[in-house]
Parts: sequence; structure tokens; C-alpha cells
Amino acid sequence: MPLRDLSRREILQRLGAAGLVLGSSAALARARWDHGNLSGPAAQERAYTRDFRLHPAPGELPELVVAKNDPDPKALVRKAVEALGGMKRFISNQDIVVVKPNIGWDRTPIHAANTNPQVVAEVVRLAYDAGAKHVVVTDASCNEPNRCFQRSGIWKAAYDMGAEVILPASHRFRTMRLKGEVLDEWPVYTPLINADKVINVPIAKHHNLAKYTGAMKNWYGSLGGRRNRLHQNIDVSIADLAQFIQPTLTIVDATRVLMRNGPQGGNVADARDMHTVIATTDQVAADAYGCELIGRTADEIPYLKMGQERGLGTMRWQTLRFKEV
Amino acid sequence: MATTIPEKALSRPKAPLKTTGPPPNFLARLFRAKARSGSGLPARKVIQLLVWVRRAVQVGSFGLFAWFLFQTAFRGTFASADTRVRLPLPVEGFLLADPFVAAMTLLSTHTVYRGLLWSVGLLAVTLVFGRVFCGWICPFGTLHHFFGWIFPSRYGKGSKRVDSNKTHVRQRVKYYLLYFFLAAAATGSAIGGLFDPICIAVRAIGLAVIPAAQYVAQAINALVGLTGVRALQVAADGGQDFLAGTVWQEKQFYFHQTWLVGSLFIAILFMNRFVPRFWCRVLCPLGAFLGLFARFALFGMEKDHSKCTDCNLCLVDCQGADSPQGGVKWRQDECHMCMNCENACPEDVIKFRFLPNRKSAIVTPDVGRRTAIATAAAGAALLPVTRVADVIDTNYDHRVIRPPGSVPEKDFLERCIRCAECMKVCPNNALHPAFFEAGVEGIWTPILIPRIGYCEHSCVLCGQVCPTGAIEKITEEQKLGIGQKAISIGTAFYDLGRCLPWSMATPCIVCEEFCPTSPKAIWVEEADVPRRLPIASENGGDPKMETVHVQRPHVDPSLCIGCGACEKVCPVQDKPAVYVTSVGESRSKSNVILLENTDYNKS
Repeated sequence: MPLRDLSRREILQRLGAAGLVLGSSAALARARWDHGNLSGPAAQERAYTRDFRLHPAPGELPELVVAKNDPDPKALVRKAVEALGGMKRFISNQDIVVVKPNIGWDRTPIHAANTNPQVVAEVVRLAYDAGAKHVVVTDASCNEPNRCFQRSGIWKAAYDMGAEVILPASHRFRTMRLKGEVLDEWPVYTPLINADKVINVPIAKHHNLAKYTGAMKNWYGSLGGRRNRLHQNIDVSIADLAQFIQPTLTIVDATRVLMRNGPQGGNVADARDMHTVIATTDQVAADAYGCELIGRTADEIPYLKMGQERGLGTMRWQTLRFKEV
Repeated sequence: MATTIPEKALSRPKAPLKTTGPPPNFLARLFRAKARSGSGLPARKVIQLLVWVRRAVQVGSFGLFAWFLFQTAFRGTFASADTRVRLPLPVEGFLLADPFVAAMTLLSTHTVYRGLLWSVGLLAVTLVFGRVFCGWICPFGTLHHFFGWIFPSRYGKGSKRVDSNKTHVRQRVKYYLLYFFLAAAATGSAIGGLFDPICIAVRAIGLAVIPAAQYVAQAINALVGLTGVRALQVAADGGQDFLAGTVWQEKQFYFHQTWLVGSLFIAILFMNRFVPRFWCRVLCPLGAFLGLFARFALFGMEKDHSKCTDCNLCLVDCQGADSPQGGVKWRQDECHMCMNCENACPEDVIKFRFLPNRKSAIVTPDVGRRTAIATAAAGAALLPVTRVADVIDTNYDHRVIRPPGSVPEKDFLERCIRCAECMKVCPNNALHPAFFEAGVEGIWTPILIPRIGYCEHSCVLCGQVCPTGAIEKITEEQKLGIGQKAISIGTAFYDLGRCLPWSMATPCIVCEEFCPTSPKAIWVEEADVPRRLPIASENGGDPKMETVHVQRPHVDPSLCIGCGACEKVCPVQDKPAVYVTSVGESRSKSNVILLENTDYNKS
């Protein structure tokens, strides 16, 4: 039955095409329909923590080592790690090791705002000597990163030792659920946590808000985003971060210590040579010892108490097996 | 004579006859010996060679420009901690060689600033070869050459294409623009940089194209991240690292209101669809400037009209629309010296040679004298008209924070060509093209927007790349104030109602922590302040109070350098509790707060 000039075939084709478009639109809309209800799937409750610690030290080895009185920072690092049982105790063959210095500020080594480059270089060397496959040195800086990495001297020092130096690029941050007391979701700097072993190499210095900072506060450099909000509750933030990342080993650079105007300094007179390196597996004890270098006691610093309460370590460093070399 | 042919039949070209057989592929077409019409005389070997040399020079020159632009960024080196941070390459080189820039700043400041002396070299090349810069070297010209080649409309074929390459009266416009901008420069404004082709290329590619490409790349990287395929993610991250180390930087850069810069760039490139090399022929004041000097060129074209068969092959690929064809005189001031005409000519008509006879050449621009005088007068009027708008003398905008080392505002406007080199090089993305903050006259001059990026304390790169001395080449000692007073670009102020320790009993000293001066310009006052607990007490009574210890920040205006680090890091996200305005900038004798900085005897 021809209808006007149209054949039955053409009518069916047109109806079919219109139906197909309608059907697929409806199917797409249904599939992507946002009901707008609030009872979505429950958020994942598992806290992401990164625990790189090893077994406790054998009884004959000290738990906290302080190397002193040598003007050569490399010698101090060597002696301290040796006394802890040597780098081989911490690094296994073919490990990927991340070394996390403080490269936060556009300051030169004399200002003592960043970790001493020689300390970093020696840690890298020890890690390679202990059989590491690959050593990465990185930090998420406060000032402009290229300038911080160059002028701190760490870029060249670490590169010369064969380490891969990674600059904090925006694509390397991934939002993670930290599930801390104040830190919930936050962009985390992934090169720091994609590792077999993590060595924290902070510098001991004064901090105007937290009074003293060293090992635990160094994990601010593992975050991106607007970390300036953390200062509203700096002690809990520090404790949260120290709980999130627990390093294999902590080596605190106190070869030259910023005594005031921390954390950035800027005046050579603000810093004092102390020729000291602290090595331990207990990041709370490292800070408890370190704060005494600038005339503080552990009881004055709330984040140390929080760290102890959370079982991250002890603020009474005197109770550990202690050795001075 | 009235005919009855319908209009449609005239304007619609007939579909070309279908030829049988597969079309020759691209390479075959490229290297095939061209079947030449007419007498079929081949072009001289040297001309055939020169055309290929020209293409190679164009590619190389554009590549060099792009490489310089990519390198207009500090990416860190292994240099020792105390080495001064400078860029190793003369990344502003193309601007230094730009005689239009040199002429403008010579008229406005009566000096030729440092490296701009190189522009004499380009002038010398023009005096020998004519506008060879336009056809061979100019990166923006090469871009237009390229788009004029791949963009032609399907209606722009055959005779339409020949017609589109004939000299057109609109080509006068560029000379009028040149006179306008030179007159404006003579009265004290280098605003002609808005139309300088090198400035446009740096500004548009540096501030719009590269950041947009980075935005796309980051989005692609994020998509790859969602796939969860480890190998893909590693490859994408590697690609990002490579691009961050060569083309852009580690973080996404944003530039204030550059939608207009980007849109104009796309629009001017798109004009090639309608008029090939529209920019070069009609608008470019640098091309006009070189065109003025082309009359002295020792090299040029001779035409033998008696041999011309009017085949118009010379016009098919003519770049400058400079009348290479028979029956009219060659226009030396319009010619880009691309050599396509002689290469295409199948007769013995067109000859490029040294010291040609000028029987069939016009060497001076075809401009109306009255219009030229009128446009120059308009250019001279620009400055008073914009200056009596209130923005510079009486109602200076507090957002006009100039880069460190900038000369006083009026001198600045005499020098700043809006090339955007300083904005491109700024490692913290702190410098941005002003929209109307600095007045109409100051459009696209650099201002610092601390909320996007602060001025890095020890960095002096913006002055290093500034080609005209609008930003002086200051040293670290001057910037940091070693043995002298530090250079200040503004002063920070607290909005106490928004500041956490001041009004919300909440500890926060991020501004103080980031303050880079020593001693710090931001100091804190220790205070115990009451805080109301955010819960009602038992029996619905008033909430209880507690005491909180906070550190309240203050600014010392004699130490503040206006770097904006405090404003950048203030955690009050939308409208910061501490902000920088231009007052107190050391370049100004009037925009000051403190009596101690008010010195009317300062030279």
C-alpha cells in the first residue's frame, strides 16, 4: 500500500531510525541518571598508612645514636649509621629507597633552613652501598621548587651520588584518605610512598609556631594542596602525618642548626654550627632529643606527647638504648 | 550591459572534472618535476635552491623562536648553591633584533637600550635584501605562511586565489598603524608593542597556547590515571615529566584574562582563510617599518613585461601581494622576498638580482599623505587622552604592583612593549598581563597578582629578559637589600576581621613563616584571647568560654618588600586576610606611606 510516494521500506527505515535515537538517548540518560539522593555508597573507611619500619633492633644495638664533634657532615652520618648496625640492617638488595630531606626553602646551606647537601649525599651513598637498586631524593617544597632544589645544593649533591632527583610536579600528587584526626582527604606526593624503604633526613630547626621541628614535621613535605591550613592545628597535623608515614630510618641533620626565625631563617647569624647527626628508628625520640639542641624540652612540644600516645615512639629518649659516637 | 545570467551561475564554480586514476601521493607531488605551462622555461637553479633554503630558514627560525620561548623559564641546574640564577640563553633575542621595538623606545626614551642595538643588524639585512625578515625569519610570519598554505578556502582556488594575492589598497593600513604607534611613542607610550608581531607571538603562545596545551595534557594524564593500567600511567607520567622539563613547568600556569590574547591570536590566524597572510600584509607595523627601508635595498626584482603571457602563475603563491605579475609595477615595499614568483614563472620575465634597474618597480609605500598625517596625529593624541583618564596621576590603582626593578610608572610606559617575556619567565606565575588595572594605556603590561603567585625573594629573572629596560637588570644584592635598602614593590596589609588569630581565636602564622625578609617584616604579638566553645552549656545556658594562646601578626612597613608571599599562602582561601598593594614601592617618589621613604631630593 504505497502512501504518497513513500515506499513501505522507507517508512520503516525512518521510524526505525527515530526510534533508535530515542531509545539510545533514553538508555544513556537512565544509565547516567543521578537520583540526587544522599545515601550513596558508604565512604571507604580504611585508613591509608605507610609503615616502612622494620623489626625492632636486636638487643645489643642502640636504638638512638648521636654522632658529634666532627666538622665533616659525611663522617657524622657514617659513624651514626654504623653505630645503629650499618645501612645493611635497613636496606635489602634491590630495594627502591626514597630519601626525604627538607628542601622547603630557597636558602643556601649556610642558612640551615634545608638539610645539609653533604648529609643527603652520604645517605644516598650508604643506601647504594647497602645494595639499593634505585635511590630517589625528593620533597614538595614551599618556595619555588627548582630554586629550592638548586640553591639548597641537594640537587647536585644527590645527583652526583647517582640518585634520581624528582621535582614536585602537579601530576605526581594523588588525593588519598589519611584518616587522621584533622587530616582526612589530602593530595599526597606519590614518589614518597611508592618505595620499599623510606629514609627521613630532616634538619633540626626552630619553628615559630611548633617551637622545634625535625623528623615528624618533615612529613609536611609529603602533602600538596593548601597545606597552609594545617597550621591552625599544627601539633595534631604533625602527629597525623607522622602516623601516616613511619619511615625505615630517621637521620636528623643537626650539623648546623637554625636557632631562631624558623622555619625559613635567612640570616646567617640565626644559625649555629653544632656538628651533630642523630640516627634512630624512633621519629618521636629523634625530635625529643633534637629539641634540646635549641634549648627546649620534650614536654614543651605537644606533638611529641601526641606521638607517644599514638604509639609512634617515645618522647623520653633517655629510656632508649642510647649511644654517643 | 544587463544580462540575464542568474547570479548563482556566476558565483558557483563548476565542479572540477574528475580525472581517472589514483591521485599522486604527497611526496610524489612534492618532488615531481612540475609540468610548466607557457614556454615552460625552468626557473634558475639558484632560485629553485633559494626557495628551499628559505623554507629551511623559516622552519629553523620558528624552531629557534619556540625553543627560546620554552627556555624562558627557570628549570634549575646543578650549579652550586651560591651561583647567581640566570637564564643561559638570550631568550629575548628575537625582540632585541626587532627594529620597530628599538624605534619606538628610541622615540620615547631617546636611547637604544642595551641589546636592542642588535636591531641595527636586522635593519642592515633589510637595506641589502629588502623585507627578507618577513618572508624568511619572522616566526609569526612563518606561522601565517603555514596557515595561509593549509587553510585556503575551497572557494579560494584558481582565479580567486590569484585575485587574493593581488596588491590591495587595504595594505596601506599597516603604514597608518606604524605612523600611529611611532607618534604615540614620540609622546611617551610604547603601546605599539600590542601590534608588534614578535610581542604577539611571545604573548599569545607563551601566555595562552602553552598553558592551554598543558591543561589538556594534564587532563589526559588524569584520564590515563583512571585506567589503572600501571604501564600506561608510567608512560604518561614520563611524558608529563618530559614536557614539564622542556615546554612548560611542573605546575599549571594561569594568566589573568588571557582569553582575549588567545581569542585574538586564533582570529588573526583564521583570517588566512579569507586573505592569505592578512596579518603580514595589512596590519603588521614591523613589516611596515621594514617596508619603509626596503626602498634602499640593493637586491630586488627586474621584470621584462614584453615576455609576460599573463599566466599569473607568479601570483599563486605570492606572499606579500606585491604585484609580481606583468603589466603592473613590482611593489618592493610589500615584497617578502620569498622568491616564489620567479620560481613559478615559466617565461623569462621575473629576475631577482643585485642592483636591479627600477623601471618596473615602485619602492616606496603607497600611502595617502593626509591619512598618514592624520593617523600620526591620532597617535600623538592617544597619550593625553588616556592620561587625563584618572588612572596614573590621581587615582593610581592599588593592584598595579610592578615587577621588582621596574622604573617609575611614566618611564615604564615609555618602555614596556607588552612582550610578556617577564610573565613567561616568572617561576611562580606571579606576573600577569594587566587588563584595565593600569588604564587603557597599560593594557597587557605586567602586574603582580600575589594570590596566584608571589615574587620569589632571590629571583631577578624578569629584569634579565626585559628587552627594553622597563624592568631593570637588578642584582640579587639590590633585590635582597644586601648593604643597601631592599627593593620594594608594595606593602602588605591585614584585614583583621578575616585574620584567624585576630578575630577567630585560631592559631595561624603561615604569613609570618613565609615572610622572606630578615628580620621578618611580619612579626607576631603573643596574646591570650577568649574563645567561645561552639556548644551550649548544660541547661541550655550560654556556651562556655576558654582561653586560647595565639600569635597576632603585624606588618613592619619599613621592612616589607611587597613580595606577596603572605597573601599567596594565607589560608583564608577566597579573599585573603593579608594582601599587598602597590603603595611603598621603591620606584615611586609619590606612592609612599612612610615619611622616612619620602625624599623629594631623590634624583
